[in-house]
Amino acid sequence: MILRWLRPSDNVRRELEAAVIALLVTVAIGSVLMLIVGKSPGHVWSQMLFHTFTEPYWFGYLLYRATALALTGLAVAIALDAGMFNIGAEGQLTAGVLACAVIGTSIPAGTPAILAIPLCLVGAALAGGAVGAAIGYLRVARDAHEVITSIMLNAIVAGVALYIGNIALFQGGTTTGAQIAPGAQLPQLGLAGSSASLAIVISVLAVAGVWWLRARTTWGMAWLAVGRDPAAARSVGINVGRVRVLAMAGSGALAGLAAANFVLGHKHAFEEGLGRGTGLLGISVALLGRTHPAGVAVAALLLGFFSAGGLSVAQEVPKELIEMLQGVVVLAVACAGPWVRRRPTPMEAAP
Amino acid sequence: MIASLLSLAFLAQVVRIAVPYALAAMGGSITERAGVVDLALEAKLLFGAFTAAAFAHATGSAFAGVVGGMFAGVLVTGVQLFCALRLRADQVIVGIALNVIALGGTRFLLQLVYHEGANSPPVPGFGHAVLANPLVWLAFVAAVAVPIAIKRTRWGLRLRAAGDRPDALVAVGVSPHRARIAAALVGGALTGAGGAQLTLAVGGFVADMSGGRGYIALAMVILAGWRPLVAALACAGIAFAEAFNIQLQVSAIGIPHELAQLAPYVLTLLVLGIAGGKHGKPPQSLGKL
Amino acid sequence: MTSAIRAELDKAYPGCVVLRGATLTVRPGTVHALVGENGAGKSTLVKILAGITPSDRGTLALDGQGVPLVSWNRIAARAAGVGIVQQHGASAPTLTVVENAILGVEGGPVLALDAPADALRRMGDQVGLPIDPRAHAEDLTLGAAQRAEIVAALYHGAKLLILDEPTAVLTPIEVEGLLATLRKLAGEGTTIIIVTHKLDEVKTVADDVTVLRGGKTVATFSTVDAPLDTHAIARAMVGADLPAPTKVPPPAADAKVCLELVDVKLGELRSATLAVRAGEIVGIAGVDGNGQRELALAIAGLERASGTVKIGGRDVTRASPAARLAAGLAHIPEDRHHGGLILVASVADNLALGRTDLTGRFRIDHARVAANAATQIEQLDIRPPVATALVEALSGGNQQKVVVGRELSRPHLVAVVAAQPTRGVDLGAVTRIHERLRAAATAGAGVLVISADLDELLALCHRIVVILRGKLVGERTTRDDLGALMTGAT
Repeated sequence: MILRWLRPSDNVRRELEAAVIALLVTVAIGSVLMLIVGKSPGHVWSQMLFHTFTEPYWFGYLLYRATALALTGLAVAIALDAGMFNIGAEGQLTAGVLACAVIGTSIPAGTPAILAIPLCLVGAALAGGAVGAAIGYLRVARDAHEVITSIMLNAIVAGVALYIGNIALFQGGTTTGAQIAPGAQLPQLGLAGSSASLAIVISVLAVAGVWWLRARTTWGMAWLAVGRDPAAARSVGINVGRVRVLAMAGSGALAGLAAANFVLGHKHAFEEGLGRGTGLLGISVALLGRTHPAGVAVAALLLGFFSAGGLSVAQEVPKELIEMLQGVVVLAVACAGPWVRRRPTPMEAAP
Repeated sequence: MIASLLSLAFLAQVVRIAVPYALAAMGGSITERAGVVDLALEAKLLFGAFTAAAFAHATGSAFAGVVGGMFAGVLVTGVQLFCALRLRADQVIVGIALNVIALGGTRFLLQLVYHEGANSPPVPGFGHAVLANPLVWLAFVAAVAVPIAIKRTRWGLRLRAAGDRPDALVAVGVSPHRARIAAALVGGALTGAGGAQLTLAVGGFVADMSGGRGYIALAMVILAGWRPLVAALACAGIAFAEAFNIQLQVSAIGIPHELAQLAPYVLTLLVLGIAGGKHGKPPQSLGKL
Repeated sequence: MTSAIRAELDKAYPGCVVLRGATLTVRPGTVHALVGENGAGKSTLVKILAGITPSDRGTLALDGQGVPLVSWNRIAARAAGVGIVQQHGASAPTLTVVENAILGVEGGPVLALDAPADALRRMGDQVGLPIDPRAHAEDLTLGAAQRAEIVAALYHGAKLLILDEPTAVLTPIEVEGLLATLRKLAGEGTTIIIVTHKLDEVKTVADDVTVLRGGKTVATFSTVDAPLDTHAIARAMVGADLPAPTKVPPPAADAKVCLELVDVKLGELRSATLAVRAGEIVGIAGVDGNGQRELALAIAGLERASGTVKIGGRDVTRASPAARLAAGLAHIPEDRHHGGLILVASVADNLALGRTDLTGRFRIDHARVAANAATQIEQLDIRPPVATALVEALSGGNQQKVVVGRELSRPHLVAVVAAQPTRGVDLGAVTRIHERLRAAATAGAGVLVISADLDELLALCHRIVVILRGKLVGERTTRDDLGALMTGAT
């Protein structure tokens, strides 16, 4: 179902047209809501742009949000490319957060960054990847619908994380764990005390890496082939099951890596509910970006802008208004695409 | 311990917890059987819950809250169908987007209407009542009536055709879209009523109070092979486990409650892992126009 | 006598004109055959008549009465007594026969199924098409499903019954029965339009014939004037005579065996033992559904079969599809839309799919992929000649050329399995595909062609083996002998 929408574009101009229309619709709906709360839309929008792009703190916040969203967005995107709907990035991210925190607090305080950071990253990727691979395995070997298994695993991982937090990590009655070793902490970008950190490098590398794999390697070709037509992939000798499990493992690993942004880059500790919602929003990012890594990066920045801009004008309009627009923009893009394409319906097109 | 599980109070608790899940699962079954992917269950629950609070608060009547919840479910379904059928947007994306909108939207409405961040003012509800709660009755009636209606009425026949082979309807001059709309609006009303139960059982709206129940309900729909009664029963199982867990916390026998409450999810995974996913075929034109 | 139907219609889809000035005149109470090549516009024309597809412009008269085309839809057509049985049927699979039949005319909000079920059963018995009204459509054989749809159309009072390629899915016995029933119905006053491209059926059943080519009516024939001349109809359909095929020289007696099957069993395929030598083209002839599909799957390794499969002398019975391809196998699957092509990928990508010899093991050599695409597009005359075009935008014939181009350009070809290589493909493409199959044999591969089209096999193959009820039952050389053995008549 989803792949119909994800068909490669035969006309880039029309796609851009669709994106512009969707943005205009989103701005229009946002403006109406602003009028309802008694604010001038022109003023609010310009303030949002002004704050986010001229004040380092808010720009840093945009990058902080986009860093994590790009990773969970990529995670959902590569699974979709391989024909799997990974609704479980949320749980995979939580597994990554837990792994990062456990490793970060278990290593000796004096561990150098060159050792500590890769250790945490590998742990996060493995933890997320294991959850993803389990979903892939259940789909391939047991024919279990990945939407069910990922929803179940989201709940299970969240519960297990809370349990481990309670018995081992949380400090005296709080829901925050101990600080991770200093060596494992990623340096801040220094944007006026914002939460943006060098975790952004991981995101950029991930976008570039997935882009390269997808466009330039037989792996990418295999996973796109499996997603678009498993029967055809099988008949040309591609092992569909293996590709699916590997794609889900990679997907989970990317979602797990997003933990670096929260644990290593920002909070430096395990917290109940840390990064919550980023996995689900990753679905929006992947779909907005039409699963292309470049599209995912742009979509992550766009949703990051909504987050940062919305918070920066929270004094004037409720931040919930802007949160809502994150959904509206996804809906608008989904609607504008087919509207612009105006293809004949399948039924009419059949000769 | 055992006695407390067999008590009427425990049973009542199971029923109260089951109602939102079961109504959403039956609503989702109807919509999906008609060929429309219903990831928006979460949005319908959440908007249903908020609107139920608003109606009940404004009128002072819990019954008005029920109407409000159903109304919101229908409204969200209307938007969903407009995007998915009229504008031909991808149905999965529409569902996900509506869920995001519902999360921010209900909080926004909370601010706008009550100037509150997280809670609505207290509203009249049904509290712990079971037999006096019309939503409980609705759930039981729906569990019996929905499967019969799907099998034995024109509405049901057309929705099945729309979900499996829409061109069979086209070939006899019936619009598959109309059949889908007729089905999904009923499904939306049921799901919205499930949202109303969330609010009216505790006497107020709390931000994000659906807490992923829409997703769980959808998982149960798929697990049940798109059979509404089976899906509702699966939801009752989830509710039993939740109520059991609450009992455990109360009686404190030493199993960590964080893990105990995962029982239904682990069980679902185990069932899928051992028995495999042969859980019925999806409607053949699900998500396709 | 007024005509049951008189139509003149135009229809275009974005970027392609399907019908231009197609005319059709049908006498009441006759069987009228609408014939033409694939893509001639037959299906579109009958869908317009049945009110399923709207036309762009034109005129339509039923029983001498003009009908306004703007408001001509399925409901109007049904009310006017026009019934249609579409090519792939239009029954919802999870509904029962009676539920499908009353769909749209349920007669009230609550279903009453008993009366219509009885009526359908009686109607079926009466016209000689017995059906089970309570069976689910998905449980029926294709023939039974089609019978159910014909009976349902008659139950709804169809005076004009349109059948779109009704015999494509039927066994020979069922075809015979259906054609007899159609004659009987026509004799009782029902007007019948049958869309087909099988001329022996036309000869058996039709009173009149209309030939479509490229969306235009190019000829009409009628038994009123003279018996039908199938050669003249064939010429009208094709437009030109085909060039005579060039034969591949037969393989040397000591040519090595490239593909060997010993007692291979898989589902419907009950036992197949066969050897194809280097340079040899062997045909498998048979009516669809006698195990051909399984034979191809077993050789390609897409389903696990028992027995022994050897490619180039190597036992690959337990090998994966990938290992078989690596051993020198090329497989042209039966249905290009289910296993042959990725419709939403480019021509170049489809031509390189799984071909690690072209792409490289890990990093894709894009220059080689593009060069390969350019070569194949030119050699096979793939149109449009655009390597980046999506395959779904290509016609059926050009899509099939892409599959053939990918599979037959594999290096070190040892064995080729081509299942229905030219099904639903236009004549130009047939010529190109046959050329490539011959070239593969000439280059030393053993080629196995599985086809329901005897003309194709007779033009291509050194020898033809008949498959019947899952078994290879013998070799024959002439069309009549093959036909007799295929249908189990001998």
